[in-house]
Amino acid sequence: MMRPLWTLLQRDISLIVTRRQDVLTVVAFFVIVITLFPLAIGPEPEKLRTIAPGAVWVAAALASLISLDRLFADDWRDGTLEQLALAPQPLALTALAKVIAHWLSLGLPLVILSPALGYSLGLQGIELAVLAASLLLGTPILSLLGAVGAAMTLGVRGGGALMALLILPLYVPVLILGAGAVNEAMFAAPYQAHLSLLGALLAVALPLLPLAIAGALRITLD
Amino acid sequence: MKGRSIPWLKFTAPASFYALAQRLVPWLWPAAALCAIAGLYMGFFVAPPDHQQGDAYRILFIHVPTAWMGMLLYLLLAVYGAIFLVWRIKMADIMARAIAPTGALMTFLSLWTGALWGAPTWGTFWVWDARLTSTLILLFLFLGYMALHAASDDREKGGRAASLLAIVGAVNVPIIYFSVEWWYNLHQGVSVMRSDGPSMADSMVAALLLMIAAFWIYAGAVVLRRAQVEALSREPRTEWAQAAAVGRLTRDQRQRAAADTALDQQPLGPEGEA
Repeated sequence: MMRPLWTLLQRDISLIVTRRQDVLTVVAFFVIVITLFPLAIGPEPEKLRTIAPGAVWVAAALASLISLDRLFADDWRDGTLEQLALAPQPLALTALAKVIAHWLSLGLPLVILSPALGYSLGLQGIELAVLAASLLLGTPILSLLGAVGAAMTLGVRGGGALMALLILPLYVPVLILGAGAVNEAMFAAPYQAHLSLLGALLAVALPLLPLAIAGALRITLD
Repeated sequence: MKGRSIPWLKFTAPASFYALAQRLVPWLWPAAALCAIAGLYMGFFVAPPDHQQGDAYRILFIHVPTAWMGMLLYLLLAVYGAIFLVWRIKMADIMARAIAPTGALMTFLSLWTGALWGAPTWGTFWVWDARLTSTLILLFLFLGYMALHAASDDREKGGRAASLLAIVGAVNVPIIYFSVEWWYNLHQGVSVMRSDGPSMADSMVAALLLMIAAFWIYAGAVVLRRAQVEALSREPRTEWAQAAAVGRLTRDQRQRAAADTALDQQPLGPEGEA
């Protein structure tokens, strides 16, 4: 049963890699949003340092949101999605494979890049490691939640803005815990609790949200 | 379907529901008004002023019921959504859709009255406090539900997608609540649901309970009325809807419409999905 899913994973990754500009666009978006913060707030290092965790996390959440917009759209338009739904594999697993492929190619670059951006905003040492770790645990949850929204808004008028309205409220706990972990690290306080809770959220989201994604896809394909 | 033998299931037929609501709503309006008048009288003239906040606390008699109604209605919305997704009972979607605007209104009112209460007591209309923030997020969840329902051209499809969203949201509500609670908290402590009894004067509790009853009944009346309109607009060509629109729905027409609905919902077994 795992083989077709593995193939699907490879197909999705290679599709994204062949269209490199998609990855570049998302990464550039992430960097630009973070650049806007110093420009809007001013270059004082102390001020920037206080907003750094929030800025990086907000930028990551927005980047994840815009990159997920088209997660199912292309496959839906050319009929691949219907074929995948008819395949013997459970649709939830298929959806999970697609989300994993999407996260590996579009979420992971943000995680890898985040320490550099955190450094530019004045974070140091262990804080950078905590920032990357929190994003590593948090962005997969964002991808899974966003995929539910993407599946729901397939072929709906004003899909992008609607998806933001539907999904951003659900991002709140992840954002709080993720930015909270870095904030704790900045005050040399124990940050493990935040990271553990993020991990717990991921553990809950991983089995449950693919079911919701599959449900939403079935409604769209009906 | 075995469930046909359960008596209240007959109200899953829009025609039967319409007749029931038609009978209930005229009683609910005056009941809500009476409770509200009694509650407001108790709240404004009988209940003593608070020893710290003076008369400013009296907005609590509107603030607390609306805040509770907002949360309760979201839960109800998700329950109706689940019923619609699992059993495909159209009436459940109609009810869920009718609940959403009232829920959004209640949430908005609780934010608004909270701001008015905050001004004299905290010295500010808005703080990023845990309960305020999670109520604001609840408002966004209601708005998202309504937007998704309205965005689809196909009502059935839009209803199912929105129901799924309501369920995902309902699972998330406690997580959001606790994360926000943890994030920051300067709201005053719990004062009604304490194990050693409410920390309020008896007349305050009575006024609060009356106002809660008023809001419950009001919400029931307005939701039923909205659901009636929605039920009519979903089957505008049917005989019962035409008769009901001019106010002459006979028992016979109602029963025939109910039989039609039952037939409609019959063939959906456990694998009605897909």
